[in-house]
Amino acid sequence: MAELTEPAADDRPFPPGDYPVLVIGSGPGGLQAAYSLGRAGVGHAVISADPGPGGMFRRWPFFQRLLSWTKPHAPAPRGSRAYERYDWNSLLGEDAATRAIQPEFMDGTSYFPSRPEMEANLTAFAERAGVTVRYGCRWTATRLDEDAQGRRFVVATSDGEYRAEVLIVAVGVAEPNTPPGLGMELTRHYADVRPAEAYAGKRVFIIGKQNSGFELANGLLPWARQLVLASPSHAKLSVDTRSLVGVRARYVQPYEDNILGGGVAILDAAIERIEPVPGGDGALAVHLRRSDGAGDLLIEADEVISATGFVCPLVDLPDLGVMTVGASRLPAQTSWWESTTVPGIFFAGTIGQGAKGLQRHGQPSNSGAVHGARYNARLLVSRIATTRFGAVPQRPRVAPADLVGLVTSELADAPELWHQRGYLARVFTADPDAGLVDDGVQPLSHVLDAGGPDALALTLEADGTGAIYPVLYTRIDGTIAERTLDPDPLLRYDGPDASRVVEEVVRTVVPDAVAR
Amino acid sequence: MRRMASPAELIDAIAGFGLFSDLSSPQLEAVVHTFEEVGYAEGERVLRQGLTGSGFHVIIDGEAAVVVDGEERARLGRGDFFGEVSIFLGEAPIADVVATRPLRCLVLAGPQVEPFLIAHPRVMFRMLQAQARRLRAANRWRS
Repeated sequence: MAELTEPAADDRPFPPGDYPVLVIGSGPGGLQAAYSLGRAGVGHAVISADPGPGGMFRRWPFFQRLLSWTKPHAPAPRGSRAYERYDWNSLLGEDAATRAIQPEFMDGTSYFPSRPEMEANLTAFAERAGVTVRYGCRWTATRLDEDAQGRRFVVATSDGEYRAEVLIVAVGVAEPNTPPGLGMELTRHYADVRPAEAYAGKRVFIIGKQNSGFELANGLLPWARQLVLASPSHAKLSVDTRSLVGVRARYVQPYEDNILGGGVAILDAAIERIEPVPGGDGALAVHLRRSDGAGDLLIEADEVISATGFVCPLVDLPDLGVMTVGASRLPAQTSWWESTTVPGIFFAGTIGQGAKGLQRHGQPSNSGAVHGARYNARLLVSRIATTRFGAVPQRPRVAPADLVGLVTSELADAPELWHQRGYLARVFTADPDAGLVDDGVQPLSHVLDAGGPDALALTLEADGTGAIYPVLYTRIDGTIAERTLDPDPLLRYDGPDASRVVEEVVRTVVPDAVAR
Repeated sequence: MRRMASPAELIDAIAGFGLFSDLSSPQLEAVVHTFEEVGYAEGERVLRQGLTGSGFHVIIDGEAAVVVDGEERARLGRGDFFGEVSIFLGEAPIADVVATRPLRCLVLAGPQVEPFLIAHPRVMFRMLQAQARRLRAANRWRS
């Protein structure tokens, strides 16, 4: 651990020095990772450029209400593990004071918390859980030192240098991104949009047809005189894709306005160029080429807003060899959220969506949102603790007679499986030495590829038809097989029908298992 | 390879692939928007033999091996594509595809492949050509 060499005036925690793990970021991902490291007893420091906790929720969404819900009144008791399925926004604590915090801060006007309510939830978690962060400490550069003593990341910051064996980068997908050229410099990014009333009577052109574009259009419906949304590919709606991919139901109003002839235009077209209208008093001309090849369009607007998204502020990690992919420049990651190209660098929070998993039937994980990322962060910390810092994995023994009941109750209630469908699995292993053990929750892609003794893994999955159903994977003599259960219209998987199928599958792995 | 390709660089790259060679630039831009870019670690499995629900992959960069029952059958590189056969037939892949170097792909989910090909008949024709070449090679090998 570092000696406390800072001047007495600076009472911030975690002065520059040498730590086993360095967490960068104080949004939901950084806070969850820091909390879990503390519980696992792994030495660490947490730094953040921000003045307080909350990450992107200190500022966004622009119209100040979240896309992720929390149900104050739910089928499961508040604070229970099963309640997490209905509360997408609280972080995961292990005692009553740190669990299900979000509903405490909601006023009943919506089940989507307001941005200040979310910020209050995250602040309360950090306070109650005793998660400390060195705020106002900006990460500026990174290098890797390898010598006889080992391999250390050296992280330069505004406060000095940190050295750590493991980095957990949780800085969000937070850097506004406007593609260069084509006159894009004349546009205003989502991050810099003015208050809604400033658009009263204006013609507004929005580049981008994802949630941020539709959020702006929705909020500007009562203000703008003309609204046009454009991007090359067709707008997807979450109710059509039956996943979090696509425009969420809350923001679909501009789409309905468009199809009912209200005046909002939604175009599939690429931007050819944007230029000032001569003598147009600041107006802009947007030249478009339609994606279907049907010709060019010219649209005049008083303001062009680029809802072209955000990228990961990874500082110089790409120079260190971290591979990034896609328009958001997400780091490519292994099943355990580690850089595919630079071992020892892990990612928590929304950046974890770079660990794609299987995406069976095209269904993505919910790793980009708090309700998925919070489980990933907890798992990656437990992985780091066991693989790098000598923690002994918890593998409780399971009586074979209890297994069917355990499986069906997990299928009914396990929030990890409900939120990270087809991505996280609950694993039971028939260990030749330890007997039947509960191996907890693990990434499904790891379970399928890692090999090992006979085992059973369970997930909940979706295939884009709207159904959510359990899948049981068995590994017997190294061979993986899958069995899909029929979807239940009420999503209950602890009744007699499911139990019968579970028993049949469980017995292929544990012959003396019985259904209760 | 490790540096991020900007969307413009990605469009330039795929414009040179046989599969997309007939598309206009707004169509190429739409392809880059429709497909998802995914990176895989060396040694990572991209497609799993016997497991349904996988996607259609086009390699942008890197290299992968086609492995059947543990035996390597072919190598795939930049511009090659895989995963479409099991999607067309609604069956599980009959091979593993494993990254032999860090691999970068454009991926289209199985359920989106049919509507994509119907909306882009020139891509469908190019894919048919590629399948015809594979079939001819297989027949030549047998005879």
